[in-house]
Amino acid sequence: MSRLAPPPPSALLPRRGRGLRDACFVVTLFVVGGSYVLLLAALLGADLRYVAPDDFHRIVQQPETQAAARLTFLTSTVAAVIAVWVATPLAYLLSRFRFPGRVLVDLLVDIPLVLPPLVMGLSLLILFHVRIGEWQLEAWLQQTFGWRVTYEVPAIILAQFTVICGLAVRTLRTTFDMLPVRTEQVARTLGCSRYQVFRYVVLPQAGRGLFTAFVVAWARAVGEFGPILVFASATRFRTEVLSTSVFLELNHGDLGAAVATSLFLLAVALLTLVALRLFGLGGRV
Amino acid sequence: MIELTGVGFTAGLLRLHDLNLYVDAGESVALMGRSGAGKTSLIEVICGLRPLDAGRVMLNGVDVTRWDPADRRIGYVPQDLALFPHLSVREQLEFAPRMAGTSAKVYRSRCEQWGELLGIRALWGRSVLGLSGGELQRVAIGRALSAEPQVLLLDEPFSSLDEATRLEMRALLNQVQTETRVAALYVTHNAQEARMMGQRILNLEGGFLRPVVVPVPRSEAKPSSEIPEVPQSESPSGP
Repeated sequence: MSRLAPPPPSALLPRRGRGLRDACFVVTLFVVGGSYVLLLAALLGADLRYVAPDDFHRIVQQPETQAAARLTFLTSTVAAVIAVWVATPLAYLLSRFRFPGRVLVDLLVDIPLVLPPLVMGLSLLILFHVRIGEWQLEAWLQQTFGWRVTYEVPAIILAQFTVICGLAVRTLRTTFDMLPVRTEQVARTLGCSRYQVFRYVVLPQAGRGLFTAFVVAWARAVGEFGPILVFASATRFRTEVLSTSVFLELNHGDLGAAVATSLFLLAVALLTLVALRLFGLGGRV
Repeated sequence: MIELTGVGFTAGLLRLHDLNLYVDAGESVALMGRSGAGKTSLIEVICGLRPLDAGRVMLNGVDVTRWDPADRRIGYVPQDLALFPHLSVREQLEFAPRMAGTSAKVYRSRCEQWGELLGIRALWGRSVLGLSGGELQRVAIGRALSAEPQVLLLDEPFSSLDEATRLEMRALLNQVQTETRVAALYVTHNAQEARMMGQRILNLEGGFLRPVVVPVPRSEAKPSSEIPEVPQSESPSGP
């Protein structure tokens, strides 16, 4: 094999203008990417500029806002707990097992992530009120257990759960996919049943993923609006949550209160993000 | 004792068939072969982690072909060790007996004995994160042994260790085998490591398992337990 000729001495010198081109590239990154950050900052700034301290004081004092905040945190927490509880086995199944219809299940689980939330609420309303012969789910639940769902608190939880469970499945699926299968295989050779592998090997390693799934699901539930409005309505002191409060305040023409409530929701979202960065899969702030 | 008869399996594009292997109780056999030859897959077949297309797997004279990995009582140390990152060194060794429902009193003292033998007693309360390669290796072997296995399967056990630690681990495993009389199969692609660990060496190449004749330098040509006579062929009927 012939030897390669050595490069000419000029090729070893630094190329002219490279520094300028690199600087242009980095500036372009900042300008194009920064435009979105600027938009978000402008939105936040405009809201803060618009709202008066009195508006905050007023919404905090309002009994209906207090009730809406209590109901928001209660329903969101219950929905997020149920979502993670249901999503964990489903995500583990999708991550580790090959079964007929797996692709279809995977596809179905993603539907809440892409479907307009309003449509989800409408579908829930239809599910509970469609008649199959003489039978109707809403009527059957009321007659058999005395439970009323539509336009009641359970409707809020169900609407939140339907949307956030898909999100929790996606987060947990990523978590389980990231865990090495080999540790589970070794645990099997050490005499573990499949349940023991899941309980004592998989779950302890998935702690951060579970926390992330819960927080993401909870934050999404707090901000959920469309399906709640359709399936649970927005009745003051009954099914009003913070996101529907903004809608009600807007309808009443009280823009100040609407913006103040929105900023409160924004603060909750920011706190959630910080918690995720500190303790979740997102690493450290 | 490990006995494979007419074993065939598929691993991706690789298809192996009619593999026969016999490892006697207390014997250590090194399994060599190039990367992708199917060594690790063969180990997984013995563990029950990979399905068989044909053949039979017997451990200590019992046909375990259809048995679940959890029932085979195999001490498996994979190449990446696969230690449980959320458990301390003590908990790694106590894991198998705890899962089996053994009383804490019994397994604690037994695991402490393994800890002493493997020289990891001083690391007892430490997490496995941050231990050296040799220490991790010892913990993985200890975890496998604490399950009181019938056979020991080690996949490239010393690939990441320096020469001195390798020699140390080899002596340790010899001691363990003398005490427990378990059959051991070491997978490696390193000829020196194979000579070091195996009383016999087998080569998996082109879908066949063939014995390797170890060239013995004249100066070392004396009876040795480390370089025994190499049988002419692998027989499923045993020695």
